[in-house]
Amino acid sequence: MSVPVLDLRGVAYAYPGGHQALFGVDLHVHPGERVALLGPNGAGKTTLVLHLNGILTPGAGSVTVSGLPVTHANLLEVRRRVGIVFQDPDDQLFMPTVRDDVAFGPANLGLRGAELEARVVEALDLVGVGDLADRAPHHLSFGQRRRVAIATVLAMRPEILVLDEPSSNLDPASRRELAGILRSLDVTVLMVTHDLPYAVELCERSVVLSQGSVVADGATREVLGDATLMARHRLELPVGFSI
Amino acid sequence: MGSGSSAHLHVEGTTALHRMPAHAKLVGLVAFVLLVVSVPAQHRLALLVLLLVAVGVLLSTRVPVRHLLPRLAVELPFAVFALLLPFVAIGPQVQVGPFTVSQTGLDAAVALLLKGTCGVVVAVAFAVTTRPRDLVRALQHLRVPDTLVTIAGFMVRYVDVVGDQMRRMRVARASRGFTARSVRAWPPLAASTGALFIRSYERGERVHLAMVSRGWSGRMPVTAPLVATPAQWALALAPAAVAAAVTVGVRLG
Repeated sequence: MSVPVLDLRGVAYAYPGGHQALFGVDLHVHPGERVALLGPNGAGKTTLVLHLNGILTPGAGSVTVSGLPVTHANLLEVRRRVGIVFQDPDDQLFMPTVRDDVAFGPANLGLRGAELEARVVEALDLVGVGDLADRAPHHLSFGQRRRVAIATVLAMRPEILVLDEPSSNLDPASRRELAGILRSLDVTVLMVTHDLPYAVELCERSVVLSQGSVVADGATREVLGDATLMARHRLELPVGFSI
Repeated sequence: MGSGSSAHLHVEGTTALHRMPAHAKLVGLVAFVLLVVSVPAQHRLALLVLLLVAVGVLLSTRVPVRHLLPRLAVELPFAVFALLLPFVAIGPQVQVGPFTVSQTGLDAAVALLLKGTCGVVVAVAFAVTTRPRDLVRALQHLRVPDTLVTIAGFMVRYVDVVGDQMRRMRVARASRGFTARSVRAWPPLAASTGALFIRSYERGERVHLAMVSRGWSGRMPVTAPLVATPAQWALALAPAAVAAAVTVGVRLG
């Protein structure tokens, strides 16, 4: 087996207030996989995501990214390897122009000048918004902002792209276009989503997190086809949708 | 969608002032204003000359006057204050038309109007030719403390977002039959303001997370350094040079 891009072993976490969000999560994602992370609200999905690049440190257990343990000394390299795209693009895009924003990550890695500019152009082209470089994020459509948010992370050439609800708030056409873009990227993907048809469409494997534990891990169609499991963890396919 | 103030201030163009790097412009602006302020109040002719210089700078931007006038309105409160001064100040009285006013107040009012207008006119010339982003870069280039630059950058970016949120909250209030007619409307308004504050605070935390996730280490990276040619510096400082000459002239003369 190859070295997993993500290797979580027994990750447990309690918030400072005492609320225990994760109870010993094991998760392995291998290069080239597209994995959906499913689960009801409050299951601990976001908490888990914040462990992947060391924003939260597990109370017990370990997180390893392509063989590199997530420790304080490795943080910058871990954050290069794990690109997190947050749900609200207005949180992700904080610079005055798209170009500055996409340049922010690679600039923090020390890139400057022509090399940096090439990175920006490359990342924007990957998501098909090369013409938006000089626009202000607030003047873009929501779908464009979502794509630029993905570009800001791609510019760091991550080994794994972690997407938090990539299809939320998108109109059907933007949702479909984004699926095409995600499929075209040559990168490992972990996708947190409530949009189960999107998971079926894009991810061959699904992991279900419920009440801070992994309760299912397998082929997406099998997981979503297990009616008992689905009902127990408040997962439902849209009316009229069948696998 | 967004139509906040930041979108309206800057007007695209290709004049020398538009092309001038923002840091040179900013230094020229501050130097000019400081020198204008340092001209003694009684030298009205000198101040008038400097006002003409300022107006010349503003006209050189080729921005249509109908865009400029509303922006100059920022001076109105000061103008009102200046017009009141002759009536409220004490000291020797003079007759101006039907009014008897204070001489000191009148002098102060004229100086205030001339100096204030000079400052506002060049500041508007700066604002209409400089993108908000370039202003932030200029501050960074001029070694303004990083925290202040970062705050300014966030303000530029999020003023529209917060403005939109405020509008949505207003629409939501109005949709449930709320109208602000009397003092009794204050509690809901205060609650809305509080909610907006908390939402902005929470957004701040989420933005911080997103920044840290992309390797933020406490300092905004300088990705495109500003460079001004000697000719651009000379042009940027020309109004200030005139002001310096006038100041020296009136003080010696």
